[in-house]
Amino acid sequence: MELTGAQIVVQFLEDEGVDIIFGYPGGAVLHIYDALYTQDAVKHILVRHEQAATHAADAYARSTGKVGVALVTSGPGATNAVTGIATAYLDSIPMVVLTGQVPTHLIGNDAFQEVDTLGITRPCVKHNFLVKDVADLAETLKKAFYLAASGRPGPVVVDIPKDVTAARTEYVFPKSVKMRSYNPVVKGHTGQIKKAVDLMLEAKRPMIYTGGGVVLGGAAEALTELTRELGFPITNTLMGLGGYPATDPQFLGMLGMHGTYEANMAMHHCDVLVAIGARFDDRVTGNIEKFCPTARIIHVDVDPASIAKNVKVDIPIVGQVEPVLRQALRLLRESGGKSDAEALKAWWDQIGEWRSLDCLKYDPASERIKPQLVVDTLYRVTGGDAFVTSDVGQHQMFAAQFYKFDKPRRWINSGGLGTMGFGLPAAMGVQFAHPDATVCCITGEGSIQMNIQELSTCRQYALPLKIINLNNGFLGMVRQWQEFFYQGRYAQSYMESLPDFVKLAESYGHVGMQISRPEDVEPALREAIALKDRLVFMDFLVDPTENVYPMIPAGAGLNEMILV
Amino acid sequence: MRHIISILMENEAGALSRVAGLFSARGYNIESLTVAPTEDPTVSRMTLVTSGSEEIIEQITKQLNKLVDVVKLLDLTEGPHMEREMMLIKLRATGTGREELKRLVDIFRGRIIEVTASTYTVELTGNSGKLDAFLEAVGELVILEVVRSGVLGIARGEKGLRA
Ligand SMILES: Cc1cc2nc3c(=O)[nH]c(=O)nc-3n(C[C@H](O)[C@H](O)[C@H](O)COP(=O)(O)OP(=O)(O)OC[C@H]3O[C@@H](n4cnc5c(N)ncnc54)[C@H](O)[C@@H]3O)c2cc1C
Ligand SMILES: Cc1ncc(C[n+]2csc(CCOP(=O)(O)OP(=O)(O)O)c2C)c(N)n1
Ligand SMILES: [Mg+2]
Repeated sequence: MELTGAQIVVQFLEDEGVDIIFGYPGGAVLHIYDALYTQDAVKHILVRHEQAATHAADAYARSTGKVGVALVTSGPGATNAVTGIATAYLDSIPMVVLTGQVPTHLIGNDAFQEVDTLGITRPCVKHNFLVKDVADLAETLKKAFYLAASGRPGPVVVDIPKDVTAARTEYVFPKSVKMRSYNPVVKGHTGQIKKAVDLMLEAKRPMIYTGGGVVLGGAAEALTELTRELGFPITNTLMGLGGYPATDPQFLGMLGMHGTYEANMAMHHCDVLVAIGARFDDRVTGNIEKFCPTARIIHVDVDPASIAKNVKVDIPIVGQVEPVLRQALRLLRESGGKSDAEALKAWWDQIGEWRSLDCLKYDPASERIKPQLVVDTLYRVTGGDAFVTSDVGQHQMFAAQFYKFDKPRRWINSGGLGTMGFGLPAAMGVQFAHPDATVCCITGEGSIQMNIQELSTCRQYALPLKIINLNNGFLGMVRQWQEFFYQGRYAQSYMESLPDFVKLAESYGHVGMQISRPEDVEPALREAIALKDRLVFMDFLVDPTENVYPMIPAGAGLNEMILV
Repeated sequence: MRHIISILMENEAGALSRVAGLFSARGYNIESLTVAPTEDPTVSRMTLVTSGSEEIIEQITKQLNKLVDVVKLLDLTEGPHMEREMMLIKLRATGTGREELKRLVDIFRGRIIEVTASTYTVELTGNSGKLDAFLEAVGELVILEVVRSGVLGIARGEKGLRA
């Protein structure tokens, strides 16, 4: 069938199984928009800013495991998308971003709305393409989807000049793709996995530390089975939450800078560390010199470059987490070996002591609303079963600490780039993927204003999001650092001239609520969640002096936490 | 330690900038970098000289391998190999110094490829150390201009790098 480039783009998306894309039109992509107009297999969601299109596509991917797709125009459309592309890159999220480009004969001429999209995005994509000939379009799109989703996932940009979308060629959907230069590993090396199992069985003070790779690789079940069979304590990174059920007694909570006392202490004192789909980020290791001083380390990761990047590893295993964990389970069962029960008992006793410190305690009877109380209550009111997106700051940490995720893909946040403005468009992407689910966005008065315009998109598509604004009147995370490390010199961290969020929400056609007393928190949340078909913006006036504890200050080891 | 890394890359526009961008973004150092087509028109071959601790070199090769356009990669320094670099050097050659320079060029087995009343242009090939030694021997005072190709390398024996 002979089609124009624009028709090929749309037909390809349909053939690839993409049913929704997030975008914003402009000159360079007008042909593509015209092709979208005449069909209804691929639904297009009109956002209000291209950054939101990328975050929504990204969160759609995070919550489903499918590739998220965004479509933006050349020049400013592409540059607006860059923050979203970098956000997806740092968290290894499968996403394809289609950017319009000026016609091929104008490239390099400083043409109207021309930027070097390939050059600008190169450092923050898994790969990018410029399609110069319509004959290459379908195959390039196929490669883009394949690259985005396979191996270590990541965003891929396909830059399409306007004339290429007008040119015609014969279209056949490329069913498969092969790239000689790209062969991601799937299965792990059996010998290495065997060694890892042996080492685990030898451990006296074992610790399992897992990350985003478990969520991305669909390995939550295998991980849970293995962990239970071994009886080991387990911690998750911020990106790994939900990879292991948070309500399980073997779970020690999140680790790292704002992790729990028990998780960080167990890391510091363990003798065997099993790292799975986690990348030893500096927010997790603290001072690398002081990291896990007595541990032998096993590291499973699909990306060889993640292994031994920050920390020396004793048993590296390159492979997809799911098949590697399954094989480990098999080898463990075949060997008939058991973990050292006596040593484990002593280790759990020690962990019990650390736990009894109750490091996340807060004052529930406080006269001002504590932000922790709001998340705690939200957890109860939603039965722990909501999708929760967040922005970046103190509220993000409270969400991670107090909402106990038992399932993967429920906790959606920007960990690597830490992008304020992520939360609301991300919640949109999640709600489109799960129309009947409760989707909550936990945010702060600073972050929410970075993409507040999306309240309009939410209205257009009647998205019943629940926005929980933990309004402390401060760029709280910045204020906390200024309090601890800059002797309370609060330079530019006070959020003045805030809008009336209730009226703001109402002006967009949503429901607004302001909650200022602790006793109103639960009723308000219940009322909001019960409003199934309306977006509710809840402005919680919370204690502005509250800080996130525990905290590991810069340069300290995991055993050197500030507790209160 | 100094490492010579040979890379076969898909002959795509922008492939070179992916390598250069990787080095600048991650703060790795590049001593020299050469790229040219090969007998196989679909790939180009790059020879890259870098230095760093074992950990850094390991990261460099992993990160290079991760680039989607990289077809194959070989750290030549891990095995027996040969390296060559070419240099074109313009020297001030006047008076009694002229004879002296000619002798030095012969000793280093270089060739004088252009002669004017006051200059020699010399072509010299060898490993980088030899080129450095020549520069030292002639001395800064007479050097007018130096152009070096950057290092080329190839493994010894049967071992090779092919797409
Ligand atoms: C304000 C703020 C505070 C923060 N505080 C903390 C904190 O206290 N604690 C904390 O943990 N983080 C914290 N972070 C997040 C931190 O910056 C990192 O994003 C996070 O620690 C990285 O998580 P990860 O190691 O799971 O890696 P990810 O970024 O999730 O990377 C996943 C790893 O798994 C690999 N992988 C992917 N798919 C697969 C697969 N299928 N099979 C095998 N491997 C795979 C990838 O190659 C990669 O190495 C904070 C962020 C912010 C913004
Ligand atoms: C786009 C962007 N700019 C700046 C920052 C730095 N930053 C991290 S947290 C934070 C404060 C966030 O304030 P708010 O959204 O009110 O959340 P709070 O910490 O008060 O809960 C800032 C400015 C960032 N992460 N992202
Ligand atoms: Mg705030």
